[in-house]
Amino acid sequence: MIKIKKLHKSYPVGKDFLHVLKGIDLHIKEGEFVSIMGSSGSGKSTLLNIVGLLDIHDEGSYYLNGQKIESLDEKKAAILRNKFLGFVFQSFNLISYKTALENVALPLYYKGIGRKERQEIALNYLDKVGLKDWAKHLPNELSGGQKQRVAIARALVANPKVVLADEPTGALDSTTTDSVMELLKDINDEGMTVFVITHEQEVADQTDRIVTLKDGVIISDEITEKGKKTKHYV
Amino acid sequence: MKFIFDRDTWQEIYGSIRKNKLRTGITIIGVMWGIFLLVVLLGAARGMENNFNKMFGDFATNSVFIWGQSTSKPFKGFQEGKRIRLKISDANYVRSEIKGIEFVVPRNQSQGFVVNKFKSLTTGVYGDFPLLDKVQKKNLVYGRFINENDIKEKKKVCVINDDIYKQLFDKGEYPIGTYIKINDINYLIIGHYKNKRMGGGPQGGIHIPFTTFQQVYNQGENIGWIMVTAKPNVNIVQVEADAKLLLNNLHKVHPKDGRAFGSFNLGDRIKKITGFLTGMQFLTWFVGIATLIAGVFAIGNILLITVKERTKEIGIRRALGAKPGEIRRQIVLESVFLTMIAGALGIIFGGFVLMIIDTMWGHGEGAALVNPTVNIPVILIAFITLIVLGTLIGLIPAQIAVSVRPIEALRDE
Ligand SMILES: Nc1ncnc2c1ncn2[C@@H]1O[C@H](COP(=O)(O)OP(=O)(O)O)[C@@H](O)[C@H]1O
Ligand SMILES: [Mg+2]
Repeated sequence: MIKIKKLHKSYPVGKDFLHVLKGIDLHIKEGEFVSIMGSSGSGKSTLLNIVGLLDIHDEGSYYLNGQKIESLDEKKAAILRNKFLGFVFQSFNLISYKTALENVALPLYYKGIGRKERQEIALNYLDKVGLKDWAKHLPNELSGGQKQRVAIARALVANPKVVLADEPTGALDSTTTDSVMELLKDINDEGMTVFVITHEQEVADQTDRIVTLKDGVIISDEITEKGKKTKHYV
Repeated sequence: MKFIFDRDTWQEIYGSIRKNKLRTGITIIGVMWGIFLLVVLLGAARGMENNFNKMFGDFATNSVFIWGQSTSKPFKGFQEGKRIRLKISDANYVRSEIKGIEFVVPRNQSQGFVVNKFKSLTTGVYGDFPLLDKVQKKNLVYGRFINENDIKEKKKVCVINDDIYKQLFDKGEYPIGTYIKINDINYLIIGHYKNKRMGGGPQGGIHIPFTTFQQVYNQGENIGWIMVTAKPNVNIVQVEADAKLLLNNLHKVHPKDGRAFGSFNLGDRIKKITGFLTGMQFLTWFVGIATLIAGVFAIGNILLITVKERTKEIGIRRALGAKPGEIRRQIVLESVFLTMIAGALGIIFGGFVLMIIDTMWGHGEGAALVNPTVNIPVILIAFITLIVLGTLIGLIPAQIAVSVRPIEALRDE
């Protein structure tokens, strides 16, 4: 599903360049549940943004669903994001003046799906994350855990190939963290590829595979106890 | 174009406008004010023009009045101060010698004491040819104007205007066929006309045949003044100069003597007023459009600010699959929508104010403005200009909105 080879990325800082990713090789197959760990500044978000087509890499190659990603213009990138990718952010990134339902329905709007159908599908997904009764509420009327569940529903609604989550539990307490992780596990059980950034060991342990990043290189790539029981790694 | 009719498009616009109510309101006022000014000022200018046309509409305006005065230079043995009187023959010479002349109408005038039964008044009495009706169209309520037969037979007939009618007759009385006394001579009333008196020359409201006037007032070949009307595109100032030079020559007056003949150049006077009116309209357009542009810029500016404030939201939308074109057209549409709303409000308020102006100053005898209106095409042009400007100005914030990379937009706080 995601195939990365010798990927490099640097950011211009003043006159110099900050070399953030220094040759990443990573292969994530369809249906995997992978977490990236690493200290702050190790390049986790950078990697996820490149995978999410929100940013572009400098060197190396990246294949998403078999398609080589290179010299994409913004329009093509938007179409691919809409088609293949669902995003979950640490700060939820819900649109404040739209209801939970409208937020969830937004990717379908950009997919060109009609209003009625959109609302139906969105309501289904809200139901799936247990928030059907909150459909008409604005984000500021929801708790942190609820917001993140709305965001997950939004990430899923367009039926993507991969869900990308950048520290989805970073702003949540431990109980809500567990419920969000449960939700991600359920999604994965249904066959969705899930790619999560975290710096919490307990969170990482609930995934099937932990990739550890340090100073822009992968220093370890291990299957968890849970992972050893799944079909991907037996 | 389908997206224009899409309910979601408008919901998006509504959502973003609702978030910035006050600011949106204030910027709308800018554009509104511009088009309001345009409508009201153009309407007022039109009202003045209409008023002007009403006053001179029945008048051959490309005209000059010329009368005899006294010489101011000695010439060919004559002392200065010689009294000059125009003759019928002068009128014929002017008509045949000067280029570009349409009509030359000789006229006479004298004071008359007029009596009808128990009512009386003193007014100017004119001796006129039927031709007068050509250069100062008489809107006859009843009867007819003087004709050739009246001239030939020196008939004792007269045509009166509405002022005279009102003073000599009771309301609703039919004047035609009745006799009035002018300086103790009976005249049969043959016509009653309605125009307001306009243009140069002495005041008065009764016209009798020129020949009758000659006989009754013992004028011989003398005439009071001539009204010279040039063809529409002929320069009336030149005609005036040529005619005066010719008359100086005919009356053996020094060619440089500018006092021997007096004149009032109606055409020149009217040209100055229309020039002023055109200037007014030009100024109106200038002020209106400048205000409009300023208003549209304000809208562009506000959109720029909202776009900056919405950077993160736009980033989220793009992460969810919004194409740059979709973001762009949304912002442009917002701009066009705001300018259109503002424009429509401005036009409505402008029209409303014109209605008020019309009821306050647009009616009655001395109305300053007649029918102050603005043409639909003018409104359409202004409106279309507004939409075009709104589109163009909206392109700037739209471009800025998509020029931020999604990843940077998402990082925005
Ligand atoms: N747009 C950017 N410009 C410059 N430096 C950046 C940019 N984005 C990230 N960085 C730097 O790259 C490094 C890696 O960042 P990031 O991938 O966000 O790390 P992590 O998510 O692992 O904390 C950090 O040192 C960060 O300051
Ligand atoms: Mg990070």
